[in-house]
Amino acid sequence: MKKRKERIDRGIRARSQDIFVLCSWREMLYLAGPRLLPIAVCLLLPLVLDTYWQKVLLSVAVFALLAISWDILAQSGMVSLGQALFFGCGAYSAGAMNHYWGLSPLLTIPLAAVCGGTISTLLLLPVLRLRGIYFSMVTLILPLMLVRVIEATKIFGGTEGLSGMQPLPSVWFELYLIVTVMLVALFGLRRLLDSDYGLVLKGINDNDRAVINAGINIYWFKAQALFIAAGIAAFSGAFMTHVYMFVGMPVFALDYSILPIAAVVVGGPGTLAGAFTGAFILVPLSELLRGIGGLRIVFYGLFLVVCIVALPEGLFHYIQRKYHQFERWVEVDA
Amino acid sequence: MSATALLEAVDLSKRFGGVRALSKVSFKLGKGKLLGVIGPNGSGKTTLVNAITCFVRPSSGKVLFKGRPIQHLPPYKIVRLGIARTFQMVRPFYQLPAFKNMIIPLFSPRLKGLPGGRYGDRDAKALDLLEEVGFERDAHVAYKLAGALPQGYLKRLELAKAIALEPEMVILDELFSGLSLAEVASILPIIEKMRHQGKTIIMIEHRLKELFRIADRVMVMNFGQKIAEGSPQDVMQNESVKSAYLGNEREDGV
Repeated sequence: MKKRKERIDRGIRARSQDIFVLCSWREMLYLAGPRLLPIAVCLLLPLVLDTYWQKVLLSVAVFALLAISWDILAQSGMVSLGQALFFGCGAYSAGAMNHYWGLSPLLTIPLAAVCGGTISTLLLLPVLRLRGIYFSMVTLILPLMLVRVIEATKIFGGTEGLSGMQPLPSVWFELYLIVTVMLVALFGLRRLLDSDYGLVLKGINDNDRAVINAGINIYWFKAQALFIAAGIAAFSGAFMTHVYMFVGMPVFALDYSILPIAAVVVGGPGTLAGAFTGAFILVPLSELLRGIGGLRIVFYGLFLVVCIVALPEGLFHYIQRKYHQFERWVEVDA
Repeated sequence: MSATALLEAVDLSKRFGGVRALSKVSFKLGKGKLLGVIGPNGSGKTTLVNAITCFVRPSSGKVLFKGRPIQHLPPYKIVRLGIARTFQMVRPFYQLPAFKNMIIPLFSPRLKGLPGGRYGDRDAKALDLLEEVGFERDAHVAYKLAGALPQGYLKRLELAKAIALEPEMVILDELFSGLSLAEVASILPIIEKMRHQGKTIIMIEHRLKELFRIADRVMVMNFGQKIAEGSPQDVMQNESVKSAYLGNEREDGV
């Protein structure tokens, strides 16, 4: 007797695409659950974690923001290898504003998000016409160039960096600020990408000729997407400046470019929620593996490889499918 | 005619390296007329369309739309002026339902003021437009993924995308290629309807029978040059057209 797997949509009785007809509290919870759960977890985590893991949570949120920013760019047809550029521009903007003008962190962080986003967008504006790997190469090189510029010209403290930044009011403020911004970015931008505007951005990635043929200036839209993504990454950079109370050349490090990409690959691209999931797995994993010592990076790499091979669609898509569909084995007549 | 010409090409040329894809093509097209462009494969028909819509920049020559030169404009501005085109190779967004494919043209700045949103007016407009080009509403074809649609519907989708822009002029690049006779017969009335609405149309076509039935004028191209232009009847009688299509008869009659 042969068997085959049968998949049945579960939960909501009447639905088409992503439009649902809700008939009961159970069905409402079915839809709201996956959205409320991460919010609840993120808001409760700071309360239950000890000081060390609270620091890890900060780092998770920062990398989640960087990964979300990367995913937005990727969906608009720009594969960035230089999230560090955005991160660094934000970090240095906040640092300079605080150090030279003495502005309070509550002012420098939002200003630096806008300022870093603008600087990054202007830097990449001339290469928006490039596609694929050519654009990626430029984004990879720019942060490396900026490091050398800072080193050679000794601006912003040169190799020493700027220290003695004003810290944020309290640890709790830090935690809830970054977690809130992360959640707002996640849900807000998911909504944006689901809208008609987001469809145009995805269209540029899929078939830019068809978008041009609608009378749409794709470079203007790409610049907007770039500004949004760079602004988010710059925010996290500015935030970290005030957490470390220091800004220096390490903000342009390759980690800030590569780890977000790994997070999106593990979590699954295209949904932002995948980027969020990936960051929540990879950053704590890297901390847990610290106990192993020298082989840490080997196990970390192995985990990445296993994830990519076993779940090429990404963890989030896998969970999403399992959540929306039953699977059962049914017998088929031979 | 010259005063009323909607579109005019003057000595339009395009070289790709050593290849002359277009050489000194000139024509005039009055408002509300349907111009057919025919010619063997590689004769420069699509390059002509690309040059008019500025997807490739002509090496020399001018394109005038309503008397204004447009050959230096970027392609998206051409569309905003009111020239819509379809592509020979249809490449829809396969992962999206057919009607969601219509959102991008409906987002066009040409249609400013059209309210949209997540499940908003653009979706409704998209469904209306698709019904107009023959997506049967009862059968829910418009909700199917574009990747699952047969070629006939993909071409209709391409046509609907052009119509959605409310253009003054439409350029149809081999709309009928790869379609069955029945599918062609069902799309023809849509084109005729567009003509009655006063739209100016350029059709590049290999299906001469259907084209000659609806065209006002036909232009024949070969090796990047215009070799004949006139009414469908004249063109059919033209000797150089016959030789381009059928080959030269040998003098000795063998």
